[in-house]
Amino acid sequence: MKNNSFDMSKGVDWTLVGVYLVLVLTGIASIFATTYRDENIITGFLSFKTDYSRQLLYFFLSAVLAVFILLMDSKFFTATSNILYFAGLILLILVFPFHTDVKGTKSIIRFSGFQLQPAELCKVFVNLALAKYLSSTDLNFRKLRSQLVAACLVLVPAVLTILQSETGLALVYFSFFLVMYREGLPSAVLVIGFSIAMLVVMTLLIDQNVLAIILSLGAIGFIYGLQRLIKRNKSVLVLIISIWAIAVGIQRFAVPYFFNNVLKPYQVQRIYATVGKDFQVDTESMSEEDIKKMEDKKKAGNYNVKQSKIAIGSGGFWGKGLMKGTQTRYDFVPEQRTDFIFCTIGEGFGFVGSIALLGLYLFMLFRIIHMAERQRSVFSRTYAYGVASVFFFHVFINVGMTIGIIPVIGITLPFMSYGGTSLITFSILLFILIRLDADRQMVLR
Amino acid sequence: MPAFNQSRQNVIKLLFLVSFVILGIRLLFLQFASTKYDLLALDNAVSKKIVYPDRGIIFDRKGRSILENTQTYDLMVMPTQLKGLDTLGICNILKIDLEEFRERVIGAIVKNGRYRPSIFESSLSLETFVQLQENIFRFEPGFFLQERPIRSYPFKAAAHILGYVGEVDSSILKKTNYYYQMGDYMGLSGLERFYEPILMGQRGVRYQIKDNKNRIVGSYEKGLYDSVAIAGRNLRTYIDIDVQVIAERMLKNKLGAIVAIDPRSGGIIAMASGPTYDPNMLTGNQRKNNFSWMLRDTARPLFNRAIKGQYPPGSTIKPTGALIALDEGVITPSFGLGCGGAYFGCRRPIGCTHKTPGHAGNLRVALANSCNSYFSHLYRLAVDNPRLGGTAKGYLKWKQYMNSFGMGVRLGVDLPSEDKGLIVDTSFYNRLYNRSWSSCTNVFLGIGQGEMQATPLQMANMMCIIANKGYYYTPHFVKSIDGQLQTDTVLNPYKKKHQVTNISAETYEIVQLGMQDVVEQGTGGVARIEGISVAAKTGTAENYGIIYGKREKLKDHSWFVCFAPRENPTIAVAVIVENAGFGATWAGPMAALVMEKYLRDTLSAARWKEVERIENTEIILPIVRQKRSRLDSLRREKMRKLQLKATASGNLPQRQNQDKKSSITVYHLSAIKPENEEQFV
Repeated sequence: MKNNSFDMSKGVDWTLVGVYLVLVLTGIASIFATTYRDENIITGFLSFKTDYSRQLLYFFLSAVLAVFILLMDSKFFTATSNILYFAGLILLILVFPFHTDVKGTKSIIRFSGFQLQPAELCKVFVNLALAKYLSSTDLNFRKLRSQLVAACLVLVPAVLTILQSETGLALVYFSFFLVMYREGLPSAVLVIGFSIAMLVVMTLLIDQNVLAIILSLGAIGFIYGLQRLIKRNKSVLVLIISIWAIAVGIQRFAVPYFFNNVLKPYQVQRIYATVGKDFQVDTESMSEEDIKKMEDKKKAGNYNVKQSKIAIGSGGFWGKGLMKGTQTRYDFVPEQRTDFIFCTIGEGFGFVGSIALLGLYLFMLFRIIHMAERQRSVFSRTYAYGVASVFFFHVFINVGMTIGIIPVIGITLPFMSYGGTSLITFSILLFILIRLDADRQMVLR
Repeated sequence: MPAFNQSRQNVIKLLFLVSFVILGIRLLFLQFASTKYDLLALDNAVSKKIVYPDRGIIFDRKGRSILENTQTYDLMVMPTQLKGLDTLGICNILKIDLEEFRERVIGAIVKNGRYRPSIFESSLSLETFVQLQENIFRFEPGFFLQERPIRSYPFKAAAHILGYVGEVDSSILKKTNYYYQMGDYMGLSGLERFYEPILMGQRGVRYQIKDNKNRIVGSYEKGLYDSVAIAGRNLRTYIDIDVQVIAERMLKNKLGAIVAIDPRSGGIIAMASGPTYDPNMLTGNQRKNNFSWMLRDTARPLFNRAIKGQYPPGSTIKPTGALIALDEGVITPSFGLGCGGAYFGCRRPIGCTHKTPGHAGNLRVALANSCNSYFSHLYRLAVDNPRLGGTAKGYLKWKQYMNSFGMGVRLGVDLPSEDKGLIVDTSFYNRLYNRSWSSCTNVFLGIGQGEMQATPLQMANMMCIIANKGYYYTPHFVKSIDGQLQTDTVLNPYKKKHQVTNISAETYEIVQLGMQDVVEQGTGGVARIEGISVAAKTGTAENYGIIYGKREKLKDHSWFVCFAPRENPTIAVAVIVENAGFGATWAGPMAALVMEKYLRDTLSAARWKEVERIENTEIILPIVRQKRSRLDSLRREKMRKLQLKATASGNLPQRQNQDKKSSITVYHLSAIKPENEEQFV
């Protein structure tokens, strides 16, 4: 600190810090509500053996890290972002030889009692690296090449994460496309991406042949409607036909191929379960063990969602009150302190509490966007958008999956879910933003 | 540095907003618009445990409990927890094979589902229970023992009075508006059924919270919704269990009934129906087996002949005929009739056992001699009473009398499914005889034959009326309920005095003396008790049965009705022994023994011998006996096979005990129904 008058708190966005504290404390209260079992509360909190006390410990760790980050110079992040990115990649790769098997995931390294999930932590580094890349002075993001480089920055860790059987965490990286969109990625990319997503959903919902007929009829309708245009310009016809061909190709061949050969059967079944269908897997080529595993996973997935819906649904309008929820108190919802922590709020505080919590998250997201737009440096702005996108993705997917509108992919609810890596990662992510925002007058490169 | 794509922030904000609104809408539907999840959550986490109170106990008049509660144990199975269990071990203890085991588990799943416990074997025998209790830790949590209170009957008597309890079926569930639940026990017959609300008490409910493994973790809402079980209340009855046991012993190997009532209160002292059964047979684990064998018995041991057996009363109706004639004023006690051995008032003469002149010189003598002519004539006098205007009206008046005496109507005893006997309406004769009938057409009613049937209870009640000189209380068992409340109205009908005649006490005296003469000089000499004046009437009722589709005249029913002491009656008895011949032969001595035991409270050795003699005499129609022995051999054969099977699978035969017990009662296919045969035409 060269400047003696340096004030750590100068320029800090206290609103965001306040929201952060509220969310973390609500999270600890929720974990307490689900895991407290009549032990002495004081020793329970001090022993660091109970989940809520451990989460409290992680919170203290996060706070220390936060102070540490706030004490740092903003330039540190621009300067080290690339190094950190590669360090993160190495960490991700190190997982392969050194991982510990915990609950079917291969993404965790364990040392001296603590677990680290690099896939979770890597989000920070990817966000920094992406911000660094997008803020480089000689970058023309309209060029396809730069767009591809940005996409690669994001997708490499995503692929590594998928290889660690953490599809959910890998999907988070796709949220960075929202950042790229903000920085000039053509909307067409998003529109096409969205259309393909819609097509995939339609493929799940509608019978293959019927959908093909609908698509064909649509194409014929377009050709008929645009007759005049086509007469003048043959390429319109070619465009329509190729769109039709791609669409039918996706729904008839690409999706089935993807489902049968890329995704694991239990994942396909979870996706189908979300739209309320039972997926019949071709079990002939599978070993008996695999079939059993698949059945177990399918059951577990469906059971989770069913129990979580019961818990949230039984909360009603006002909820049953903290610690009074029968479903979350007595372990009916599996993973209820981690991925399904939202159930505790839904059951204990009902519709009112759930909406309040969602409102708080939405407020936080809007606040971050507001902060992003007041940055002078592209790096800070891009980083802020990255934070917003990651938070948005986590909250939307997590809550969506507990209330059964999105397939169960295990990702956490920011600041609330139990878990050290998750809480610390999100804290770092947020406090770097606060640090950068505090220096918003500075132009960082 | 104004960003180039600054407007895109709004698109992103909109995306965030829309996404969160979608979540909000979904939450609204989940939490606000649907109550289904509340119920599902309750079902998940709250278990409703019914706490069964002890059923009330029934005491006899001396305060001895004739029915008690004991504990039995059911072996329960939890189908989901059976994996990796020592199935063979449990099979060995229960002495069943693996196939039977599988069947029972499937049965349990079908009945209660996989996740709820079901009974695997109910009412374990002591031996099995002890073995299981020592070893149950090996089979938990798939199997566990559950305590259940059952009834026991220390005197092994009064089966028909007490009735039995059993699991409720779906029709009862509906009828009681689902107050009962599947698996509950309730009184299904007898006093158990009639006083069910009092005996059962009030069930308690305990709501408990369970966790995801179905373990109880505490009470729900600190017991706010729980209710405490209130034990059933006890019943004090008029029954004298000693008299009851003697009555049942005497009816052994016979078809018939004995009813003894205290005329002063209408309290029933004893009510036996033969053949009977040990009520303990319908409580243990052999209950179903025993029940089905008894159902198949031609002699119908489950049938309470005392209130459901309907017989032509024969001569025992004669005092009643006298009462009607006296009350109508068509005769006076000095009315006499010259009878030369038959009644010639109608076209066909009606035979009379006496020929000596003057045997019907007045009412008292006619009663003592049971003169058919005299009572045929009394009947005609009553029905053709000129003051009533015509035979039809006269008959209706006669019927009205009979009904007010409790004949042809249900008396309203505190047992379910009482039958009302038979007194036909004029329309019956109108239809049959095309309206052209006279008092001669049904003159047999005067001597208790023809279109008339009565239950033993009704006949005993008739004796009460004569003993009381004109009134009766509805016969009933229960004297009082322990802890009786204002709201218990069930006993109120039994406090009402039914005054049925306006005949003077002196006139009654003459009827009673006539009946006393029956014992002292006439046909009922067998009922004489040293030092006690007994008034009685014998009856020998003709009856018919349909055997293999052919209507045949069967041996007469033996009736005996009486009360004692004549001067101050405290017991009235009616006895019928089906197809036992002359009234005095079998029914008479039985009635005498019942009265003596009740009045003296003890029997001399000689009298006990008499009880034994009666007990050991078999009076059963050959056809019935034939059917019974056929079914008995069928049953023996089945038992033999069961034992063979048990020995073959390496298990010891265990059924000998039951075998011995069940041979007490007899089992038959239903081919004839002598007591319900129609007597008309």
